[in-house]
Amino acid sequence: MKKIDTSGMGCPQPVLMTKKAIEESPEGVEVIVDNNVAKGNVERFLNSSGYKLKIREEDDIFIIEAEK
Amino acid sequence: MKGKRGIIITGGIVGLISVVLVYLGNPGNMGFCIACFLRDIAGGIGLHRAEVVQYIRPEVIGLVLGAMLIAIKNKEFEARGGSSPFIRFVLGIVVMIGALIFLGCPLRMVLRLAGGDLNAIFGILGFVFGIFIGVKFLDKGFSLKRNYKMTKIEAYLFPAMNIGFLALLVLAPAFIFFSEGGPGSMRAPIAIALAAGLIVGGLSQRSRLCMVGGTRDMILFGDNYLLLGFLSIIVFGFIGNLAFGFLNIGFLDQPIAHTDGLWNFLGMAIVGWGSVLLGGCPLRQLILSGEGNADSVVSIMGMFAGAALAHNFGLASSGAGVTVNGKIAAAICFAVLGIVSFANSKGLVGAKTSNS
Repeated sequence: MKKIDTSGMGCPQPVLMTKKAIEESPEGVEVIVDNNVAKGNVERFLNSSGYKLKIREEDDIFIIEAEK
Repeated sequence: MKGKRGIIITGGIVGLISVVLVYLGNPGNMGFCIACFLRDIAGGIGLHRAEVVQYIRPEVIGLVLGAMLIAIKNKEFEARGGSSPFIRFVLGIVVMIGALIFLGCPLRMVLRLAGGDLNAIFGILGFVFGIFIGVKFLDKGFSLKRNYKMTKIEAYLFPAMNIGFLALLVLAPAFIFFSEGGPGSMRAPIAIALAAGLIVGGLSQRSRLCMVGGTRDMILFGDNYLLLGFLSIIVFGFIGNLAFGFLNIGFLDQPIAHTDGLWNFLGMAIVGWGSVLLGGCPLRQLILSGEGNADSVVSIMGMFAGAALAHNFGLASSGAGVTVNGKIAAAICFAVLGIVSFANSKGLVGAKTSNS
């Protein structure tokens, strides 16, 4: 599973990075986001791309695990 | 407001409140215009001396403070910054110059169409064209690099500055300018304009409303979320204008607009391209400024500077049309956008990596 960290990136970079990640690793990705806006955007994108999501919060970040 | 209902309701309220603000005194099709209002504030504090556009607009103050209050309530108020600050400042100047050539930010572009000003169609075509160019560079790896956590004071300074603006507006010391004629003299009552800003600021913070994001996300991801807000403003603004009898469909005799289609197109192309590079339209930058994003504050400061330059150097258009200086400035703006876009796209310059 490919892992990416989008911390500190502004719109629309977190979703763009996620899009590239699932192109390289269609079976699943793990995305770290560090704010609610990016979390919402990445969530919406992965949901509409047909992934099942598990989200957990650690300190100041969210870890979004996406699997087909 | 997770679903699409929130963004549609936000767009609807923005459209309707805008019409009410015009009814209560704001210039035509200018219930809200972030570019125009920042320009008016720049004039109000004397950064330029264009007598017809000087007024500290309470709507802007409301937008910033409304966004801040809701962000604090939802634990989204956070000091962040350090992502290519001076590039953002320069892009702020560029976006403002483009907007003042067209005569409106993307939000006013939409409100102009909702009021029947068909010149806005050329603006929208240019806007979409500009976004398209920006997206091409995003595809090539364009980025202004990451931001970092800052100390709390970084987040509070801009909202505090807006409280200072409010004090200057209400106390009206002699060094503050108030237009006696022209658009700057047309204004809704302070308390109502401030309340309108607070409401729209809060709703925009919650829904992430962004004029440039709609088209951008549609092209990049096929995601229509933000585009629904854009369209909702047009629909509800149209309904509001119809209800208040403001609807005036045509190209001629439109309030604070010119009929030069080519320059309406090019002005908004600059705004669309620049806003994609900044990561959001002027409204979104203002909302993020209220949330503690210092990079957006720097962009807004660039817009203040751009507004002052635009009027001091005669770059801004008027109802009479576009100026020669404005056209030269537009060419420079396109050159700056091109250079910034190339220099920050890792797929085009610098270290080429195989799969990042």
